[in-house]
Amino acid sequence: MPEQTVDLSVSLAGVALKNPVVVASGTFGFGREYSQFYDLSALGGICVKGLTLHPRAGNPPPRIAETPRGILNSVGLQNPGVEAFVAEELPFLRQYDVKVIANISGNTPEEYGIMCETLAAAGVDMIEVNISCPNVKAGGMAYGTKPELAAEVTETAKRHAGDVPVMVKLSPNVTDITEIARAVAGAGADALSLINTIRGMRIDVKTHRPVLHMNTGGLSGPAVLPVAVRMVWEVANAVDLPILGMGGVSCGEDAAQLMLAGASAVAVGTAIFADVYAPLHVRDQLRDLAAAQGLTAVSQFTGAVRAW
Amino acid sequence: MPKQQTCTILSKVWLNQDTVYLSLLAGDMVRTTFRGPGQFLHIKCGDGLMLRRPISVSTCSTDGSEDQISVVFEIRGQGTAWLAERNKGESLDVLGLLGNGYPIAPESRCLLVGGGIGVPPLLGCAQYTQGRSSAILGFRSSDKGILQDRFRKSCASVQLATDDGSLGYHGFVDAVLQNTLERDDAYDAVLACGPRPMLKNVAAVSRQFGIPCWVSMEERMGCGVGACLVCACGMKDGRMAHVCKDGPVFNAQEVDWNA
Ligand SMILES: Cc1cc2nc3c(=O)[nH]c(=O)nc-3n(C[C@H](O)[C@H](O)[C@H](O)COP(=O)(O)OP(=O)(O)OC[C@H]3O[C@@H](n4cnc5c(N)ncnc54)[C@H](O)[C@@H]3O)c2cc1C
Ligand SMILES: Cc1cc2nc3c(=O)[nH]c(=O)nc-3n(C[C@H](O)[C@H](O)[C@H](O)COP(=O)(O)O)c2cc1C
Ligand code: FES
Repeated sequence: MPEQTVDLSVSLAGVALKNPVVVASGTFGFGREYSQFYDLSALGGICVKGLTLHPRAGNPPPRIAETPRGILNSVGLQNPGVEAFVAEELPFLRQYDVKVIANISGNTPEEYGIMCETLAAAGVDMIEVNISCPNVKAGGMAYGTKPELAAEVTETAKRHAGDVPVMVKLSPNVTDITEIARAVAGAGADALSLINTIRGMRIDVKTHRPVLHMNTGGLSGPAVLPVAVRMVWEVANAVDLPILGMGGVSCGEDAAQLMLAGASAVAVGTAIFADVYAPLHVRDQLRDLAAAQGLTAVSQFTGAVRAW
Repeated sequence: MPKQQTCTILSKVWLNQDTVYLSLLAGDMVRTTFRGPGQFLHIKCGDGLMLRRPISVSTCSTDGSEDQISVVFEIRGQGTAWLAERNKGESLDVLGLLGNGYPIAPESRCLLVGGGIGVPPLLGCAQYTQGRSSAILGFRSSDKGILQDRFRKSCASVQLATDDGSLGYHGFVDAVLQNTLERDDAYDAVLACGPRPMLKNVAAVSRQFGIPCWVSMEERMGCGVGACLVCACGMKDGRMAHVCKDGPVFNAQEVDWNA
């Protein structure tokens, strides 16, 4: 049995994942729904739904549109707030042998700081800082698009996260993602995750109305995979930080591409909507691919691209 | 606990030019996940489309060695067009049974109010209440009418309405509901499914007579199980409920009809 000789474990900024497949923030809630289908301990990690300091109701519907090989969403960070997460959701997730990665969004650096303190005290395994949200203080400019703002949030998060590793989630909606990656690395980030969704729009030609109530939304799914692979590759070449790669993964080969480009682990998101078992299939296919190539550990894929 | 499984198509019938009836062989899906008539399936429509399509269960049974589920759908776009091309013997990738059904007991006497493609799930309610319920079914025109005979077999009475008057009452179902309740309002509940404006009017009429009203809401969906939060439905208390998990059936008085 060649499979048994492949070591699936990976490390992400010192956090030991039993396998490199994580589920992407916002596509898996807090795990409860999918725990009805399989044991959550089968996953490497769970990035929980994006949390904010206070509860948020999110955007008016429609919040989703289908596009060629992808989807657009504009959920608007609906969530119960960080306190409710710690009180009601974290204990549930703790029943499982799976790394819990808390994804956070703030309107100000101070909010990120408070959330990091709360989450570090609650004992999450990692904090994923979503910087694709508008900075209220800086006139609504997304943190993720300005190196100084991204660095400021990273520093604040690090200062308040104690021993919990801080992973900064990069936005692809920038001209040069390496510029942001370097700023964030310089500010002390322990890891990077990418990519978040790409801004897009779909218009119903019958009604002349955008399908999403917010007019625009974030694109994800197989359509974005090549962009994700390219950006992971660029970032891996620019900074010396472990990367959680995501964007359009729906099979083992997709995951292998992101790892070859430089990712230490991968997240599966949109693919779960078509197949609730997608993360487990990705894990098994990745193992089989490694075995077929004579590798002894899936971590050997990381950064092994033979670029021209 | 919902299941994701393969279901074989047992039979397929075109009910009119763009409406298809499918009956599916569903393993033990009904036995293990039935929570009342009005639940739905999230059906994968080929490999090219990223999202499953939500379709209500019309009727279901656990009589045979394998459970059976019937669905009725209208061709609206790419997904339903793909589904309409499937044939007997082919299999479908189905997630179900999802959501909450109408909260009724088999001994309830209900008034079932359906509009267009909202009619099929009410057939399940008619069967569940064992002939005690009555139906008011609305269609755009007589050629769009579906399932009338099946309703006649399972209901105490059936009234029809069409927007153009080509069949039954000339007008909307809420007017028929009003007339019906004026004659007899001893119903346990009004159960409605159809377009949002119809549901809003049915809710208003039911309220006027002080009868509990349950409506099946539609919203675009991602996961179908409550994880992605895209299928939001605004409630009067300001809460965002989710059609796939908290619904699709809601208490009409709790829905924010002006959202
Ligand atoms: C709980 C529930 C039960 C339903 N039951 C039935 C039923 O029994 N029979 C039936 O014919 N139809 C039903 N619908 C509507 C059905 O889901 C849509 O007609 C179908 O999704 C259209 O897909 P399409 O690819 O053909 O259309 P397209 O317009 O190409 O679809 C594009 C996207 O929009 C979504 N979408 C479009 N219209 C709707 C809609 N009205 N509601 C939700 N999503 C929509 C699609 O799912 C898809 O993601 C139900 C909807 C919900 C939410
Ligand atoms: C419905 C939906 C909700 C999302 N919510 C969040 C979120 O709250 N925080 C976040 O950082 N990313 C969020 N994302 C982005 C995903 O985590 C991921 O970065 C992106 O979808 C790309 O991966 P995929 O193509 O595998 O889905 C969301 C994506 C989707 C589809
Ligand atoms: S469709 Fe995902 S929460 Fe309802």
